[in-house]
Amino acid sequence: MTKFVKYLKSLTLNEIRKGLMLTQKYFFKRKFTVRYPEEKTPKSPRFRGLHALRRYPNGEERCIACKLCEAVCPAAAITIDSDVREDGSRRTTKYEIDLFKCIYCGFCEESCPVDSIVETDIHEYHFESMGKNVMTKEQLLAIGDMYEEQIAKTKQQDAKYR
Amino acid sequence: MIEMLNFLIFDNLVYILAIVLGVILTVAYLTYFERKVIAFMHVRMGPNRVGPRGLLQPFADVLKLLTKEIIFPKNANKFLFLIAPIITLATAFAAWAVVPFDDGWVLADINAGLVYVLAMTSLGVYGVIIAGWASNSKYALLGALRSAAQIVSYEIAMGFALVGVLVAAGTLNLSDIVRAQEGGMLNWYVWPLLPLFFIYYISGVAETNRAPFDVAEGESEIVAGFHVEYSGAAFALFFLGEYANMIIISALTAIMFLGGWYSPFTGDSWIAQPNIIWFLAKTSIFLYAYFWLRASLPRYRYDQIMRLGWKVFIPITIVWIMVVAVMKVYNVGPWWN
Repeated sequence: MTKFVKYLKSLTLNEIRKGLMLTQKYFFKRKFTVRYPEEKTPKSPRFRGLHALRRYPNGEERCIACKLCEAVCPAAAITIDSDVREDGSRRTTKYEIDLFKCIYCGFCEESCPVDSIVETDIHEYHFESMGKNVMTKEQLLAIGDMYEEQIAKTKQQDAKYR
Repeated sequence: MIEMLNFLIFDNLVYILAIVLGVILTVAYLTYFERKVIAFMHVRMGPNRVGPRGLLQPFADVLKLLTKEIIFPKNANKFLFLIAPIITLATAFAAWAVVPFDDGWVLADINAGLVYVLAMTSLGVYGVIIAGWASNSKYALLGALRSAAQIVSYEIAMGFALVGVLVAAGTLNLSDIVRAQEGGMLNWYVWPLLPLFFIYYISGVAETNRAPFDVAEGESEIVAGFHVEYSGAAFALFFLGEYANMIIISALTAIMFLGGWYSPFTGDSWIAQPNIIWFLAKTSIFLYAYFWLRASLPRYRYDQIMRLGWKVFIPITIVWIMVVAVMKVYNVGPWWN
């Protein structure tokens, strides 16, 4: 008997009507889509994007060639050569990051005793030919110079949690 | 003689071109409409990059498909491989010949219109079967087999639903079927033929291999079914045929059950006038329902499809044909006086 009632009920298409009403309700709902290039979602100050090398306010580069970042890098993406500069301080002669190897873990930034290597929140970048994926010291310093304001701001925001 | 030739070639050619171009353009925007409707039901935006609000998206798609290479699978039968999409498309377009858009707006006002439409929509399955066979691919063959069995099963229910309309209207001419439903919403055949109306539309969805009856394509099981091996323009033809069939089914549902070009209202005001806009509006409702169903329902399992077709639809249609016959003989309701 119940089977027969169930059969009769199925003929009313009630279940399907319920499902259709649900989708129709969502049809009129506000859409979640973010229209990407025009609209962007907020980013955390901890976002780990493209790398940069920072300088002190007097223009001296921060990096002291301690090579902690090179040692800690799990992907072995960082290559550093160092030498003694004319003024007797230890400085890097070569500081390269292979962005294809890099896994953006942020360990280099964590390990740096002078806050020199940092990961900025830049994530919209690309390379147009082979070999461009290796960032040289000049490029990294240039990124640092260009975005210093932004980098200082995000570091300041996150400082009390470190 | 020359007048005759003139009429045959020029007048009809113009109408044929108008219908074919109209259908192709409708299909183009139907794909856009489908993506938008489904996107909205998924609470997202849908295509909005090409042109204002994504309105040029169909043209981008068409250009992409037409410029792509047609790849022939190894050991495929080239002749059959190419003829299959043409059969699908040709039958889908041929069915439009008897569709009355408005009073007298019909290319071929033939007496056996209903049978002709049934024949044309059924012939489309040959395209599917040949495509699946000629592709020399197991997925394509499986898809074609499923599609053939499904279309043959639902063809019967569909045919019985049409018999109901035939009994009700007493004619096979589509224009006359519409004329028999004149005089407001209550005179439409939806009411006396309500179960047949639902069965016809659902069978139509199954017949065109659309969700939730799309086991013939079943992306998640057999990749894309019978047209896995098709690319470029050949795939575009299949696509065109499928969507043209969808429009045909929607249009026929509007004609046979919702009174075609007649207004749902009665009286002398402008809104009660019969107009092609009513026909297009009714057709659009069913097209929307296609996408609505697709966004709402999961795919039927294959044996469930067969059960629904053979054990539910066919018995109901047979019973209801008898009910309609009795109602017709005893002049029940406002439909037969």
